[in-house]
Amino acid sequence: MDRFHSPSAFFFYGLFVFLLLASLVARLLIRSGRVRGEMAGNLADRIRAWWVMIGVLALIFTLGAGAITLFFALCSMAALREFATITHTRRDDHDGLAIAFYVVLPLQYLLVYFEVPVFAALLIPVYCFLLLPVVTVLKGEVQGFLTRVSETQWALMVCVYCVSHIPAILTLDIPGYRYSAFTLVAWLILVVQASDVLQYVWGKALGRHLLAPRVSPSKTVEGLVGGVLSASALGVALAPFTPFGWWRAGLVALTVTMFGFLGGLIMSAIKRDRGVKDWGTLVQGHGGILDRLDSLVFSAPVFLHILAWGWL
Amino acid sequence: MTATTAVRLTRAGLVGTARALLSLRAIDLPPPSGAPRILVANHVSHADFVALWSVLPPAARARTRPVAGADYWERSDLRAWIANEVFRAVLIDRDPASRRGDPVGTVAAVLQGGEDVIFFPEGTRNLTDARLLPLKSGIFHLARAVPQAEIVPAWILNLDRILPKGAFLPVPLNCAVRFGQPMRPETGESRDDFLSRLGAAMLALSQAKG
Repeated sequence: MDRFHSPSAFFFYGLFVFLLLASLVARLLIRSGRVRGEMAGNLADRIRAWWVMIGVLALIFTLGAGAITLFFALCSMAALREFATITHTRRDDHDGLAIAFYVVLPLQYLLVYFEVPVFAALLIPVYCFLLLPVVTVLKGEVQGFLTRVSETQWALMVCVYCVSHIPAILTLDIPGYRYSAFTLVAWLILVVQASDVLQYVWGKALGRHLLAPRVSPSKTVEGLVGGVLSASALGVALAPFTPFGWWRAGLVALTVTMFGFLGGLIMSAIKRDRGVKDWGTLVQGHGGILDRLDSLVFSAPVFLHILAWGWL
Repeated sequence: MTATTAVRLTRAGLVGTARALLSLRAIDLPPPSGAPRILVANHVSHADFVALWSVLPPAARARTRPVAGADYWERSDLRAWIANEVFRAVLIDRDPASRRGDPVGTVAAVLQGGEDVIFFPEGTRNLTDARLLPLKSGIFHLARAVPQAEIVPAWILNLDRILPKGAFLPVPLNCAVRFGQPMRPETGESRDDFLSRLGAAMLALSQAKG
């Protein structure tokens, strides 16, 4: 019964209470006519998707480390599918992509789950970088070669390598920390996702100055500052559940939310260049799974390194 | 039309797999107009029909049948079962030299009976490098035989990248079916004019963004 009384379990209880409130407020806003039309539909879709996402996360956290690793492996699969869809890859890249999907992705998660950190750290950035272009070059098609192999490498880095750092946190042994690493995964996801939501809310409420108008029409200075600061405040409030202490918790939260923001910006630039608004249609109201994961992709490795090597 | 459990399970399995693996969706599917519909699409693999079928709303899916070559689908018992029971295919004899029945009449009867059909106007799977093979005249004769039917051009996106010619393993990419505006041959329009108009409409769908 311990897993129902762990700090991460209480995070989820809190989230469910919060979602209940959010659903009630949204229903009141829609019923009173203050939010209407397309916006009302999108709001309802988004909240429903949050129920599903938090419900699934609560379930896999209850089931344990294997379930969490498998879940993020499936997320990687869906993300890789979205990323590969919008690249320039063509017939001659098919074998490289098939290897990425059917060999590299499962192997990376097996290395994470069975705690082989050295190979988990080297597989994609070094060995895929060296060997996958070989598969492609043997096809003999040189047109757009660098673009195509780089896109496959980026797809693997973003969708598999970085995402696999989230379950990798579970394998850490942090001296002097009295809770399990599950709590830290929950803390990271909570703070980074809260930052996304709060940036959206602050941006809608006060946003005036576009931060990078050519990259993203919705990111504003006000949204960034408000979102990052309020999410960091949430991280500080939850500091007793982390090994950090108040000040360091704030600093770590600020770091991961900033990396999350920059990740979102980079992924927006890729979408914009390829002429799509969302990565996919997997998550109702949110777009694709990469639209939801982008900030975690860029913050998870940094968070792992802070924990593993005591940075900050 | 009652279906056995095996048939229902096979259908659900195919549609479920296609949707889960390829995140399939319909883009710009025109709302039903009441007229019988001929869905016309590009054809590169056997997965095409399943892809198109999966994106239709359940009610439309139940009344939509693929038109397929009898010579291919009657070659074994399993194929015949899939074609007749699972897909309720309208099998036609493609070879003019040996056929006894009238393929246009067979398909026209299905349309007049209130069902829709999926028709691959290239006549066969496109295994070449061209995006679209020259369209066969069958679709024109069918449209003339059932003037009330509307032809809805469609393009199945990305299937050629998911399983390119000669590849063994499919790579899961997001797949979608883009639909165009319903069309009919105009009065006095010649066969060649209509076929090139339809081919152009299909190719335009393949290049649209978003």
